[in-house]
Amino acid sequence: MGRLTRVLGAMAILALGVTACGNATSSGSGKIGGTVHILGTWTGTEKDSFDAVMKPFTDQTGVKISFEATRDLDAILQTKIAAGNPPDVTAAPGIGTLIKLAKTGKVVPLDDKLDMSQLNANYGADWINLGKVNGKLVTLYAWAALKGLIWYDPKAFTAKGYQVPKTWDELTALTTKIKADGGKPYCVALESQAASGWPGSDWVKEIVLSQSGPTVYDNWWQGKQKWTSPEIKQAWTTWGEQILGPGDSNVYGGKQYMVATTFGDGGQGLFTSPPKCYMFNQGSFITSFLDAYTPKPAAGTDYAVFPLPDVNTANAGAHVVAGDAFVMTKDTPQARALLKYLATAAAQDIWVKRGGGKIAINKQVSLNDYPDAISKSLAQTVVDTKIARYDAGDLMPSDMQAAYWSAILQFVQDQSKLDSILAHLDQVQSTAYVGASP
Amino acid sequence: MSVVTAAPTTTDLAEPAKPAKPAKLGPTRLSARLSSVGLNVAVLALTLAWIVPTLGLLINSFRPAGAFNTSGWWTAFSPPLNFTIDSYQHVLGASDLAPSFFNSFMITIPATLIPTAVAAFAAYAFAWMRFPGRDWIFLALVGLLAVPLQLTFIPLLTLAVHLGLTSGNTLPFGLNAGFLAIWLAHTGYGLPFAIYLLANFFRVLPADLFESAQIDGAGPVTVFFRLVLPLSVPAIASLVIFQFLWVWNDLLVALIYLGGTPEVAPLTVTLTNLVGSLGQNIQYLTAAAFVSMVVPLIVFFTLQRYFVRGILAGSVKG
Amino acid sequence: MDASTPLTVALPTLQVDWETLLTVNLPALLAVIIGVPLVLVGYIVGTDVLVRRLPKRSQPRVRPWVWVGPAILLVGVILVYPMVGTIVRSFFDRGGSTFVGLGNYTRELTDSGVLITLRNNVLWLLLYPGLVLLFGLVLAVLSDRVRYEKPIKSLIFMPMAISFVATSIIWQFVYYYRPPDVPQTGILNAILVNVFHGQPQTWIQDTRFNNFALIFIGVWGATGFAMVILSAALKGIPGELLEAARVDGATETTIFRRIILPLMMPTIVVVGTTMVIFALKAFDIVYVMTAGNYNTDILARRMFAELYQAGNNANASALAVVLLLAVVPVLIFNLRQFRAVEARR
Repeated sequence: MGRLTRVLGAMAILALGVTACGNATSSGSGKIGGTVHILGTWTGTEKDSFDAVMKPFTDQTGVKISFEATRDLDAILQTKIAAGNPPDVTAAPGIGTLIKLAKTGKVVPLDDKLDMSQLNANYGADWINLGKVNGKLVTLYAWAALKGLIWYDPKAFTAKGYQVPKTWDELTALTTKIKADGGKPYCVALESQAASGWPGSDWVKEIVLSQSGPTVYDNWWQGKQKWTSPEIKQAWTTWGEQILGPGDSNVYGGKQYMVATTFGDGGQGLFTSPPKCYMFNQGSFITSFLDAYTPKPAAGTDYAVFPLPDVNTANAGAHVVAGDAFVMTKDTPQARALLKYLATAAAQDIWVKRGGGKIAINKQVSLNDYPDAISKSLAQTVVDTKIARYDAGDLMPSDMQAAYWSAILQFVQDQSKLDSILAHLDQVQSTAYVGASP
Repeated sequence: MSVVTAAPTTTDLAEPAKPAKPAKLGPTRLSARLSSVGLNVAVLALTLAWIVPTLGLLINSFRPAGAFNTSGWWTAFSPPLNFTIDSYQHVLGASDLAPSFFNSFMITIPATLIPTAVAAFAAYAFAWMRFPGRDWIFLALVGLLAVPLQLTFIPLLTLAVHLGLTSGNTLPFGLNAGFLAIWLAHTGYGLPFAIYLLANFFRVLPADLFESAQIDGAGPVTVFFRLVLPLSVPAIASLVIFQFLWVWNDLLVALIYLGGTPEVAPLTVTLTNLVGSLGQNIQYLTAAAFVSMVVPLIVFFTLQRYFVRGILAGSVKG
Repeated sequence: MDASTPLTVALPTLQVDWETLLTVNLPALLAVIIGVPLVLVGYIVGTDVLVRRLPKRSQPRVRPWVWVGPAILLVGVILVYPMVGTIVRSFFDRGGSTFVGLGNYTRELTDSGVLITLRNNVLWLLLYPGLVLLFGLVLAVLSDRVRYEKPIKSLIFMPMAISFVATSIIWQFVYYYRPPDVPQTGILNAILVNVFHGQPQTWIQDTRFNNFALIFIGVWGATGFAMVILSAALKGIPGELLEAARVDGATETTIFRRIILPLMMPTIVVVGTTMVIFALKAFDIVYVMTAGNYNTDILARRMFAELYQAGNNANASALAVVLLLAVVPVLIFNLRQFRAVEARR
């Protein structure tokens, strides 16, 4: 019943949208027709999920979806916009480029395109503020992925009598205990081709948010907090000393394993017998990699998850989230209708039901709609989140982000060089935030 | 080890094919036989080294998802055997596969023909005509090989947008305008190498041929089609192969000028899209690599017969 | 058993919309295959008719431009026009409004880490063309003398037909590192561990080998290219010439040194020049495998990063101009070469 009302609600929203820009409609019955051209990064099963989300939209509005996927989104998008050939809507995982484009007026503000009162009612304030540049709403989020998650094998924990840590102290105690038992607490895998280093950057940003709080975190990704500042430096040393441990003694395989192992393979060590490691930090999407291991581990019995405990209780319940951002790169009636639809619970409901670690942002989506216990618990974590912050790396300009990833690799190889690594990041920071060249 | 054992057998087979020459050389027969063994060993060893990486990909493409993350491809033949065509099924079952094959042909054939022909015209002039600034223009063209293509994208796409050469617009005969844009782009990108390669082959054609042809009253068009082209078949065949391959395997240029929507997407775009954006289901790419290799290899095998010795031999005196 | 399942599985069903394919796509493709050559041949025949109508005296002056015209026009628009903009752009600041002289150049060439980048470029410039030519020449000459030349050449050529995305996966199966306590999945480490009882190495990350490992990926991919062109040149050497030398009692080494090599020299220069330029431009291997980390950065990758990550057209332009200037010595060498060929005929 709840779903029916939501679907009806969605249709009502769409109908409103259509009348608002009535001059573009060809027929009065809610059919807009035409095509909306979308540029994004989804391929494979993510694209299948997107198609499923789009089907009711096309059925209702008659708008055809023309989707173009690329892994070089920054390059393709900047080129197309500069050449005057932008897509109608762009969905980007890293929004640093989008912010740059928004600042130079290349992105259409959404304040008068969406039903803002509806959006304010259904979205948490953090998610709306996140989409604002210079006070105008430019980006819209349709789903979230949770970061800062520790994956573990419950059977291995039970066998050794380990408890899921609730506090940072319990986590360090568990680390010590695993080492005393002759095991390795963590698997860390940083290889990701041209983006190598990002899994380590997740660790650091999660620690920054939980250790120093949202103000420092926001200033940091905005380029107003120096990398060499005590707060940021402390996050790096916390990661180095307490997670990686002295001489990498907390991680399986040491430096060589960390830099050479593809992030998707990093969880394999959890399931060997005896386990190569007991904990693995990755975002909620990692289940699609875990499920591809041979033999296939079962969600819930072979692997489970707990959120990284708060480093500093003053910032309890702080979590880093991520999610693809939608922007309107060309104002068309079809693009407006699409963005309105994406904000609805009906659209997000389809998305979360298909799994892949996606969590709805629209509060009307019921927790009961999540397909399995793990995704439901993650959605619950998001609901309980007191301080939600978007992935800092994805918010930084892309050259800052690339330098951040490189810095992770340098740090892992030689932690004693931290000061010079951070000084170099400051140098990049000083130029990276200047607006894009025309 | 199989290399060493295989080599003598092949030599023995090769022996009766040319019985006259070793006999003539007489005293060096034994050393000729030894060097022949060495020759075969060297050729086979190099070839083996070259194909091992591809062999790994081929074998892994027939293994179940995830298997290649835990054990090496060379272990696949020890029991229990576990091969599957799942990856190929997935790739061949992709919904946009047939249209993207068509799009790849639609892009690649003109984007190979146009630069080859335009380069052949120009190379002929550079090699056999005199005009002011010839050498400098030629050198400038070669130097343009170093132009980073990425820097041409924005100015050229802007131009294409102004001229209406973007996909979605339709030209006469129902041609998608984006195709014309990408043909011209690939032509420009391919021309420096094409002209350079062909001019160097044309330049070493024997001069007396041209003189006698001119005495017979043949014009440059006749000389070009009757003499230059037939005599340069190996060079033109290699150029066609390379241009075809570059365009066929290109991903970035297609996304810039044509876009990656299913109605215009070439095979490269469709196949890379089978894998998740974070690299999930990478096993599909192993199968996709071989599916997309089929056409280039057919082109190679077809043109290979033009790499034959002695096309020139008949026409050169002594 | 698992192994038996594939046998029972039906062949993949190709989803083909035959109607569209046969009524829309195929005619369009046929029109293009027939139309494009018609236009090309029509141009050269048609313009020749026009040139012949000119006074006899001016024909030789006009004719060359008719032949090189299309090439110059296309290259002018597609390469020269953007490049002129790039050169101009390289002297202005990031915003594109203030003239900064050589500022972008000095910034790029004094940046920390630039020495390692330049060292890597030198490594690429020496090893990549050198090894490609060496392997290409050896394979062209040797395969010419065996009866199974065609299959050999096809196999060596195969890497050329593999898309770059697949190439990066292929080399993961060669270089991949796994810790000593689990089975290796990369063949290089497997050989090292199982045959030589050594420790597995991180070939892509270890600064002792990674540049060579990356360059070899390039060499592997381009050798087929060099082999095919060099082989085409080899086949162009008149058979009688070689026969005559053999009859005169020349050894195969002498024939190679005194006849084959000199006659192939122009082609070797062509392939060598192309490879030098490719070495300067080859950014995708470094970009995909390491993103320039672990001391593997090269100028072309920096240019790509400046352009698309930093959105800094000015610095990217300066780097592009540096790459263009680096080609000049190669061009001078080329000029000498074809002046020599000219003189010989």
